[in-house]
Amino acid sequence: MIPAAFAYARPTTVDEALQAVASGGEDVKIMAGGQSLIPVMRLRLAAPETVVDLTRVAELRGVREDDGAIVIGAMTTHSDVISDPLIARYAPLIAEATETVADRQVRHRGTFGGALAHADPAGDLPAVALALDAEFVVAGPGGRRTVPAAEFFVDYLTTALEEGEILVEIRVPKREGWGMHYEKFNRVAQAWSIVAVAAAVRREDGRIAEARIGLTNMGPTPLRATAVEEALAGVDATAEAVAAAAAHAAEGTDPSSDLNAQADYRRHLVTVLTRRAVSTAAGL
Amino acid sequence: MTVTEEPTVTAGAPAKEVGQPRKRKEDTRLITGRTTWTDNMVLPGMLHLAIVRSPVAHARITNVDVSAAQQSQGVVAVYTGRDFAEEQGSLPCAWPVTPDMVNPGHPSIAVDQVNHVGEAVAVIVARSKVAAQDAVELVDVDYDQLPPVLDMEEAIKDGAELVHSHLESNTSFHFVFDGGEAGAAGNTDQAFAEADVVVSRRFVQQRLIPSFMEPRSVVVQPQGDNYTLWSSTQIPHILRVMAAMVTGIPEHKLRVIAPDVGGGFGGKLNVIPEEILSLLVARRLRKPVKWTETRSESLMTAHHGRDQIQYIDIAADREGNVKGLRCRILADMGAYLRLVTPGVPILGAFMFVGIYKFPAYRFECDGVFTTKTPTDAYRGAGRPEATFAIERIMDELAVELDLDPLELRRKNWINAAEFPFTTAAGLAYDSGDYEAATQQALELIGYDELRAEQRRRRESNDPVQLGIGFSTFTEMCGLAPSRVLGSLAYGAGGWEQASIRMLPTGKVEVVTGSTPHGQGHETAWSQLVADELGVPFEDVEVLHGDTAISSRGMDTYGSRSLVVGGVAVVKAAEKVVAKARTIAAHLLEASEDDLDFTGGTFSVRGTPGTGVSIQEIALATFAAHDYPEGIEPSIDAEATYDPVNFSFPHGTHICAMDVDTETGMVKIRKYACVDDVGKIVNPLIVEGQIHGGVAQGIAQALYEEAVYDADGNLTTGSFVDYLVPTAADLPHFDTGNTVHEAPGNPIGAKGVGEAGCIASTPAVVNAALDAVRHLGVSDIRMPLTPERVWRAIQEGGDGGDRATAGTTAYGGAQTETTAGVSTDASSLGGDR
Repeated sequence: MIPAAFAYARPTTVDEALQAVASGGEDVKIMAGGQSLIPVMRLRLAAPETVVDLTRVAELRGVREDDGAIVIGAMTTHSDVISDPLIARYAPLIAEATETVADRQVRHRGTFGGALAHADPAGDLPAVALALDAEFVVAGPGGRRTVPAAEFFVDYLTTALEEGEILVEIRVPKREGWGMHYEKFNRVAQAWSIVAVAAAVRREDGRIAEARIGLTNMGPTPLRATAVEEALAGVDATAEAVAAAAAHAAEGTDPSSDLNAQADYRRHLVTVLTRRAVSTAAGL
Repeated sequence: MTVTEEPTVTAGAPAKEVGQPRKRKEDTRLITGRTTWTDNMVLPGMLHLAIVRSPVAHARITNVDVSAAQQSQGVVAVYTGRDFAEEQGSLPCAWPVTPDMVNPGHPSIAVDQVNHVGEAVAVIVARSKVAAQDAVELVDVDYDQLPPVLDMEEAIKDGAELVHSHLESNTSFHFVFDGGEAGAAGNTDQAFAEADVVVSRRFVQQRLIPSFMEPRSVVVQPQGDNYTLWSSTQIPHILRVMAAMVTGIPEHKLRVIAPDVGGGFGGKLNVIPEEILSLLVARRLRKPVKWTETRSESLMTAHHGRDQIQYIDIAADREGNVKGLRCRILADMGAYLRLVTPGVPILGAFMFVGIYKFPAYRFECDGVFTTKTPTDAYRGAGRPEATFAIERIMDELAVELDLDPLELRRKNWINAAEFPFTTAAGLAYDSGDYEAATQQALELIGYDELRAEQRRRRESNDPVQLGIGFSTFTEMCGLAPSRVLGSLAYGAGGWEQASIRMLPTGKVEVVTGSTPHGQGHETAWSQLVADELGVPFEDVEVLHGDTAISSRGMDTYGSRSLVVGGVAVVKAAEKVVAKARTIAAHLLEASEDDLDFTGGTFSVRGTPGTGVSIQEIALATFAAHDYPEGIEPSIDAEATYDPVNFSFPHGTHICAMDVDTETGMVKIRKYACVDDVGKIVNPLIVEGQIHGGVAQGIAQALYEEAVYDADGNLTTGSFVDYLVPTAADLPHFDTGNTVHEAPGNPIGAKGVGEAGCIASTPAVVNAALDAVRHLGVSDIRMPLTPERVWRAIQEGGDGGDRATAGTTAYGGAQTETTAGVSTDASSLGGDR
């Protein structure tokens, strides 16, 4: 439980951070809250040459409004996310899912951006970001670019972040008045999701006008349950209609088999959890 | 010398300490960690050890290249098995359960062959822990791999791959207890032949990992030809004898200290390779050394528990009167025999009959070698396994006979008026009232309402079904009468030692041989002594764990501390009072026979106002200016207590369980238990033991399982995959007690350390089955993962094997070494 030796940089601005990453050598790891990186370093599964610690980069913290979106700084801690009024108003799904992450101690240090950039398929926040059509603002040596959530998660623990780049903020479209729910399935309180479903639903005149559904741990990346979304569009908001649509939840998924669940069971679970997530989000 | 502090003399008899829910006096330092955990020890010039461990389950070692590690910065020495081959001896196994038991020997460090993942193959000695850890990766070991041996049912077949190629088979022993042959019961074959109904089941007791809070740690300091060994162990006294015998260090040259120890659950009831290696390295280098394990080392290499396959047959007549019980057990020893590895299932041999009046009983057990971490004691040690089997098969028999499971139990259990009762296993149960405990538990849980709700949910076909499960258990505690242990071929006695020192200021030092590792001995012993001597609770200090202070002891396990060690304390206190009485009589110029002793003061009967306190007598004896002729000037005393029988706590545990039939998720709705642990010295400690024990038993039922993949790698190598529940995952416990004092000891206590853990597991599984039995489910293998429950509902069977790949958390983290080697077979049944 002792990491291999590494160089350590603790910049205070994004520019300094980019500089530190650029000059950090072959294998640089960017540390946000350290709640995933430190354990793998202690197990010596990762032995980076340099760790760039973003803890003191103040400009990366906090949540603000920007026209039709709220903008969440990548270094905003989980506990700040949970208590943020803008998130509560425009994207309560994020707060609800974040409350299920690990335990209080981890949520105090862990960050929104760190959890997204880590891209653990069993992590809760990637599916939420995907469901809400978030955009990822990335800073690099050549300036800033924006990556849509659908393109950000590339593979198992792999994102669209290029070498030398840092995730700086996440833009989430405002969805005031939408019903949202995160349905998590895990065995003990501090465990990762076996499967989870993030649902956001807009109701109109007794119908489901629009639904957005993200799936956790149903493949190497978070997935959108597009077949369910299509099946829900415009249907009456009834338990039967939701159940019928949710039956499509496993379509296009590629879940793994591990101690917690074999793939066929995950494919079954996701239909039940999707039904429950959408029902709750739709107020049924 | 001036003694400035006046001894306190309390007016009138103070309230009895025994029975008070005293907060534990040791907790402030234990909970804050401001104490001497072994890893907190720092000695001048101390070197640090790190162990290079095998990443393969079964292989011949063809070469170990340590040259790069030796050159690494800060490294002082690197040793391989070859370096210690002549002096390491074999780790001891103290329990040859049969005369022809095969013990292959257990090197502390592998020399030619490794037989489980995590076995030590080299030791790095460095100036810092970091330097030692850095060099681990530089040791290059060549392995010639052998097929792993993982499945007990396969391992006992003719022609199976052998764990130890120099042995004839993978079977270490075949142990038989037959109640008929022992004269305790009838003929089992005949009982089964004549029975109306026979129910047979195969139960799997999964492998568990004790998961104590404080990782193991060892410090050795050589001084001249003396050695002091600090270890986070449950058994400093046993360790001293054993380590002396293994290493050849004379016993009187070896002092063993267990400072404060952060939990054990049986997991620190052993002589571990690292203790021996630390001694060998310290002897070689003449320098103090420290070894402290990581959590992943602990999960991989500290001994595991349980791991049995149980074939259980029960015979009965149509009315539900049990006629016979037959148990055939395969018990996984792992790769080697440790201190009591073979004895664990044999302790269970006497508990399979539970609280029931079986006319016939036969038990057979094979100890089987596999290429896994050795098993040994884990909270309950053999008795949880036995209790699970009997309480599960009683439910199965009830189903077969279409009887209420509680009615079937009532029909067969020992009635209160029948104690003492000798069972078909030959044990004489001391006291109890199973009906009374059951009635109280039924009221606590609100049984009738739950049954009504269960009916409603079943009728409405609710996706969440409700089940209610029972466990009416007993256990043998207070290990143990030395003669009984002798008859079972155990290598030691089961007595316990205590001494009491009366200090000049009237304060009291109690030295106990029963070394605590979190149980609260300091508090409970203080309560006992406060009452016996009539001194304030605060005036008592309890010393333990150091063989130079507490020279004799048998340590803590098997719910023995209060029942054996506590009695030794009481007996020593009685001797102190007797010696003080003689001096009091002298000082009061009265006859001993005319003295009353109450509230810590001797007074002359019928002469109010006269009196001398025992604390004053302590001072008078210290001064020794005025004491009777012909006696020694001391009221200190010691006592050794050897129990004549086990004690038999019992209880009824009831679990109400919600089962989500759509997902397979189980959730305990209510849990009630009423335990009879005899006389209660400290209700708070008893409640804590029950809570912790129940939590641990629930953990076996629902969460914990050591899983090996097809290559013999431990998949559950971190707490990400080995799920230990927290308070957040457990229900409220409704607890109660009935009290039938143990007639076998002066305190009347029966032992509580293991009760909750032994009782709870079958109640939980029975509850889950009760919820889904109408859906065609008759068994679900532990732990009841949601997937297993769902599969049992969907596909029948017991839910089957789990995939053996770990979760993706921490990037799919395994451990340092298990991640090292994987083949195609590693990912059988799962993705990595």
